Amino acid sequence: MLTKRMLKKAILPIDATASRRQFLKGSAAAAGALVVATTIDFGDKPAHALTVQDPPQPNAFIKIAPDNTVTVLIKHLDMGQGNTTGLTTIVAEELDADWSQMRSEFAPSNPLLYNNLLMGPIQGTGGSTAIANSWEQLRRAGAAARMMLIAAAADSWGVAEKEITIAKGVITHARSGKSATFGEFAAKAAKVMPPVIVEPKDPKDWVHIGKRVPRLDSVGKTTGATVYSMDIKRPGMLTAMVEHSPRFGGKVKSFDASAAKAVAGVVDVFQIPQGVAVLAKDTWSAMKGRAALRVEWDDSAAEQRSTDAIFAEYRKLAATPGLPAARRGDAEAALKSAAKVVEGEFAFPYLAHAPMEPLNAVIEVKDDGSVEVWAGAQFQTVETATIAWVLGVLPTKVKLNTLWAGGSFGRRATPNADYIGELAEIAKTSKAKAPIHLVWSREDDLKGGRYRPMFVHSVRAGLDAEGKIVGWQQRLVGQSFIFGSPFEMMIVKNGIDETAVEGAADLPYAIPNFAVDWHHVKSPVTTLWWRSVGHTHTAQAAEVMIDQLAHEAGKDPLAFRLDLLKEHPRHTAVLKLAAEKASYGESQPKGRGRGIAVHESFNTVVAMVADVTVGADGGFKVDKIVAAVDCGVAVNPDVIRAQVEGGAGYGLGAALRNQITLSNGLVEQANFDGYQPLRISDMPEVEVHIVPSMQAPSGIGEPGVPPVAPAVTNAIFNATGKRLYSLPWQLETLRGV
Amino acid sequence: MFRVKSFSFEYAMPQDKDSAMPTLSINNRPFDLDVDPAMPLLWAIRDHAGLTGTKYGCGAALCGACTVHLDGEPVRACQIQVRDAIGRKVTTIEGVEGKVAAAVQGAWQSLDVVQCGYCQSGQIMTAIGLLSQNPKPTDADINNAMDAIVCRCATYVRIRAAIHEAAKNLG
Repeated sequence: MLTKRMLKKAILPIDATASRRQFLKGSAAAAGALVVATTIDFGDKPAHALTVQDPPQPNAFIKIAPDNTVTVLIKHLDMGQGNTTGLTTIVAEELDADWSQMRSEFAPSNPLLYNNLLMGPIQGTGGSTAIANSWEQLRRAGAAARMMLIAAAADSWGVAEKEITIAKGVITHARSGKSATFGEFAAKAAKVMPPVIVEPKDPKDWVHIGKRVPRLDSVGKTTGATVYSMDIKRPGMLTAMVEHSPRFGGKVKSFDASAAKAVAGVVDVFQIPQGVAVLAKDTWSAMKGRAALRVEWDDSAAEQRSTDAIFAEYRKLAATPGLPAARRGDAEAALKSAAKVVEGEFAFPYLAHAPMEPLNAVIEVKDDGSVEVWAGAQFQTVETATIAWVLGVLPTKVKLNTLWAGGSFGRRATPNADYIGELAEIAKTSKAKAPIHLVWSREDDLKGGRYRPMFVHSVRAGLDAEGKIVGWQQRLVGQSFIFGSPFEMMIVKNGIDETAVEGAADLPYAIPNFAVDWHHVKSPVTTLWWRSVGHTHTAQAAEVMIDQLAHEAGKDPLAFRLDLLKEHPRHTAVLKLAAEKASYGESQPKGRGRGIAVHESFNTVVAMVADVTVGADGGFKVDKIVAAVDCGVAVNPDVIRAQVEGGAGYGLGAALRNQITLSNGLVEQANFDGYQPLRISDMPEVEVHIVPSMQAPSGIGEPGVPPVAPAVTNAIFNATGKRLYSLPWQLETLRGV
Repeated sequence: MFRVKSFSFEYAMPQDKDSAMPTLSINNRPFDLDVDPAMPLLWAIRDHAGLTGTKYGCGAALCGACTVHLDGEPVRACQIQVRDAIGRKVTTIEGVEGKVAAAVQGAWQSLDVVQCGYCQSGQIMTAIGLLSQNPKPTDADINNAMDAIVCRCATYVRIRAAIHEAAKNLG
């Protein structure tokens, strides 16, 4: 066990420590200026992917420059969720830096230093884990960097370290009246051995965490300066577009490139495993060239069914038992003896993520065989490995630059690096030795699959004579995108894909007899996690059924929930807070309705109270959402509010009118006319309240999505007496009710 | 339920609209562009003038991410051919200036409107157009002007607040 005294001894000049030489040999020493510079090359990697138990790694995460800026290396993708600001806040807090000196940059791809501590040896962003997995890691890195600055100052000033304080980015020795900026000690602190044991600050001393700090990306994103991969320009760069099979599972039978090649600007047309690629001098020529391309498809293995036929098959399956995902007591018997049985059938369509920036990435194969790629990279380890595998080079020869991403909502986190693999295939096949920018059009995006899977839920629940739930039986039918992926070992348990049943199998309500089944169905249509994954459908089924049961039991929906959630203090707290802030219980005028829902996802619990207006003419508007959130320590309360506002809007847009449908296997939606996004006039007022907490931070990028659809569905029932189940809502059925 | 605002353009066709090397005035700078005069202005601005703040989102006037100002009016750059922009003033997010622009960008920053940010050039260019015409827009005016500009992050609560804030600051 190391004592504090031993720890201080450990802060030695780096020269005395052979094992750390490499850290200084790199850019830190070269620049002669950085306290804790990233010297991450693959020759200096730790022996294993980092875990929370490892010593603090200030060198990997923090750079302090002589100009007094502090740059935090962000190991995650920021696709809008604001994790860059959050991760930087944690470091600023431990350093006692001034916010104005804080900067950020995206870390290189390195699965050992920059792995997601909750994903194992994979660098990646997803599951609302950016802050959660980095919390202790960055607190300790920041605390270590602070100690290094203090050690440098103490040595220079000839004073005791314990007499030195840091506040607002100023290092001070009060007794001697000396003070300095971080920048002044950057070079000297760079030679201090990072400490092994550190003590992050006491929460009572926090000055940044829990307060509002301006987002680091606001200025760039309001002046057009922020660079997305779509904006990357390389000398001589060509643009590629790919004609994909219009049916999932279709293959190229033959193609005629003559008209495409005749288009001015088109450089080449060739086949790759994903389809037929058109390479051109700019985006417009690539689009025109691809439009002129004629491809004949072999659909023998393709999905040729229509949405109605697929749903009919799902409904048939939902009437039969599936694989057991949860069992408690005897649900079947309880339903048989129940005083009243309530049923609900829920259908959920395929959904496209439709991030504003269509998928794209740039690749450059250099003369020495090394490869550089620019992308809104979300699974850097998978993407680097895929590029290396396709091009037949070592992963160490691939430099993947992560850029700001124009949204993702899960779409960029593909277990097979789909579009980046496609780009690598183009680079491999292309005869033109030029940088290549693969661009998907909006049509490619919406027709391109990786949808939130279709699901059908069949739920039966029984009440006893006192209105208590005695039994619950739920059957889910839907595809899995986990089987066959690198995540199968981690996520599939006893044949059950946990992402298919999350939010259903772990229903928090106290129900003695409980059974949840899942039918694993397959289709060539590709599916993927879509912001909040399984919770996108399980929250709707759970919270609408609970509401219906409360109604059948003659009880208030809030009181009914609180009674069944006595073992769940976080659920209880958010429900009570949302209800209090929304003045729950006040009577609603005619035509207006109020609904409530609560759901836990990614270790965060969110309750929402929704107010709607339903006109007799079929007019419908969600007027207001009042949300209460428990996500542990609120690192950036304003970013949390933004994520819940946006999450509510994202969920609401899908529930209002989004569905991807197939007609004989062909996707019927192509652009934002057929797949109508939420508009500003649809957006309700949103109020977000945060439950104070000292628990470690949990997710916030996704948890705002699940409760919105059921809260609004329940509000529609409150207003009209009509119970909707499936999404998107069939609002036309409300006319005249 | 929603309405995509249609834009109409009435102007005299410049004489040299089919010249082989069109010159465009973008942000008060001349750009000689070696492009097909039929190329959408969006791609000329992005791929050839190298101004990437104007974004591609749909290519079909359905999202507004490519909104620029043509002689001070917000238009969809994906729907204007280069030949029809010759002799006119094109302004992109990089070149927008004046007190309305400063108020809008300032309000966007002080309220931290952005999330992914990809649509925000289009939102801001449209909001500047709105406030230039209507210094005190109501919520209904904001819906009318902004409904066609898609934000998949649904930052709409703050877009609305920022427009009101900018209007307030403009007095």
